[in-house]
Amino acid sequence: MADVSGSILERLRAWTLELGGPGARERLERIVPPRNEYGVDPYGLDLEFAIAAVAPLLWLYRNWFRVRLHGLENVPGEGRVVLVSNHSGQLPFDAAMIGVALLVEKDPPRVARALVEKWVPTLPFVSTFMARCGQIVGTPENCRRLLSADEAILVFPEGVRGLNKPFSERYQLQRFGTGFLRLALESGAPVVPVGVVGAEEQAPALLDVKPLARLLGFPAFPITPTLLPFPLPSRYQIRFGEPLRFEGSPDDEDAVLEGKVAEVERAVKSLLDRGLAERTSIYL
Amino acid sequence: MPAVEPPSFPGMPRTVLVTGIAGNLGRALAKLLHGEARVVGIDRRPFPGRPKDVDHHEVDVRKARVEEAFRRGKVEALIHMGIVHDPRVPRSEAHSFNVIGTHRILDLCVRHGVRKAVVLSSANVYGPRPDNSNFLPEETPLMAAERFSEMRDLIEVDMYAQSFMWRHPEIETVILRPVNIVGPTVRNAPSNYLRLERPLTVLGFDPMVQPIHEQDVCRALVLALRPGLRGVFNVTGPGEVPLSTALRELGRRPIPVPHPLLRPLVRRAFAARLSSFPPEEVDHIQYLCVVDGSRFAKEAGWAPAFSLRETIRSVG
Repeated sequence: MADVSGSILERLRAWTLELGGPGARERLERIVPPRNEYGVDPYGLDLEFAIAAVAPLLWLYRNWFRVRLHGLENVPGEGRVVLVSNHSGQLPFDAAMIGVALLVEKDPPRVARALVEKWVPTLPFVSTFMARCGQIVGTPENCRRLLSADEAILVFPEGVRGLNKPFSERYQLQRFGTGFLRLALESGAPVVPVGVVGAEEQAPALLDVKPLARLLGFPAFPITPTLLPFPLPSRYQIRFGEPLRFEGSPDDEDAVLEGKVAEVERAVKSLLDRGLAERTSIYL
Repeated sequence: MPAVEPPSFPGMPRTVLVTGIAGNLGRALAKLLHGEARVVGIDRRPFPGRPKDVDHHEVDVRKARVEEAFRRGKVEALIHMGIVHDPRVPRSEAHSFNVIGTHRILDLCVRHGVRKAVVLSSANVYGPRPDNSNFLPEETPLMAAERFSEMRDLIEVDMYAQSFMWRHPEIETVILRPVNIVGPTVRNAPSNYLRLERPLTVLGFDPMVQPIHEQDVCRALVLALRPGLRGVFNVTGPGEVPLSTALRELGRRPIPVPHPLLRPLVRRAFAARLSSFPPEEVDHIQYLCVVDGSRFAKEAGWAPAFSLRETIRSVG
């Protein structure tokens, strides 16, 4: 059993390196996360596993979503940073594609820690998969710890409100929470706004069956054209904006913080607007 | 295996009273400590094979006779580890023994001018929860009883010791919350689980777990006797691993069971006395309960002696 999964993982890793293009192996080998004698970091990230797990996502990145990147150089090569993105598409493929971009396209690569919803650890397989890929529950305590260790965290301040909004509200940003900005102020980390265009069209939610969602304990139960949790092949654009630096106390009242949050929101919005203006085709 | 030396520091108390000394962990502590200090034991169980220089009082900690142990020589420090964890012991009896016993022994410390009181709690007081942060600091609410009511005693003992610490600043109180204690002699739930040839696991879940070697826990208890140290401390071992990795290291062949089936299964098996694991233990192999041990490392200079591999393999 262990041998079979071992050889599958080996094959997936080879696939990642092949899809990654020239120099992928050298770049990925340069990432050295703190890990113990069993190859995992204290959070449960297993880089060998993560590189294997990236293979199917990288295939989607190249051939399905045909991701185009803009402004990757705006993500600092090292040091703490808070990446703040819009969130859409029912299933978090946008998070996966941002993660793949930073791991495979960035030189040197960065492992972005996406902060997941608190219900994710209750899901079988998903919880383990996320942990081995370095994704952790978005508690403020976790964020603080990661930022003070100079890691990159990926935040979706719209949360499931953004992810599961109906198709009629596409590219309308939902209200941003203020938590990420308090953490950025506290740790002195820059905020890099990220705009993802294309994820809205991967799974247009025609309606949300709320009673069913409540019954299953899901945040939403959207009905999409494919009916399956598989996305349509929409073209993605991922835009990274210039880093924003904020001054002030993390303990300021919400009214003061909301001004700064609005600035981040405007930055994300302008990235989205630019992406939508430049888009020539949604699917083709 | 490293040769286990007790931590040394100036000002080691001359006489240390140890409750629960006849348990597996207590005996290991007695062996480590009796060369460094005079050890006085209290346990309602006999202590076979005790070192000659250990003075053992076979008495229930709730009985008035316990005070004899304090009268027979100036006790300078207490290590309180006489807590019943056995889920088979009737609730009311375990509760009385744990809670009243703790009140009683700490009161005696005040009356007899003991300078140091070390209480052995557990990192399990936080409880495994899906929304836990990856590394819980000591300030985390003790929520274990929300899902596992048997944990109430342990939480009550921990909280009582905390309030005692504030009410009696003249006594240096140290509360230690070690992670999952494993080792060749301990017979607690984590060790027993790791010893199973074919352990049940929760299908699709593989939380990080933190083991600590029983000898390392004893070293931590001795280190806590250091003059000047007081407070609540998580005590971590050599690190954290996915549960599956620990089982693989031991060559176990786990049987994954979907969680809606696993809980009723474990409940029935426990009720029928086929297993020693109450159904609430399933949380420990499903969700995260990993703590941040940096405070004890920084303030007490704590470092485990056993590596992760040695610690896991020690269960045999």
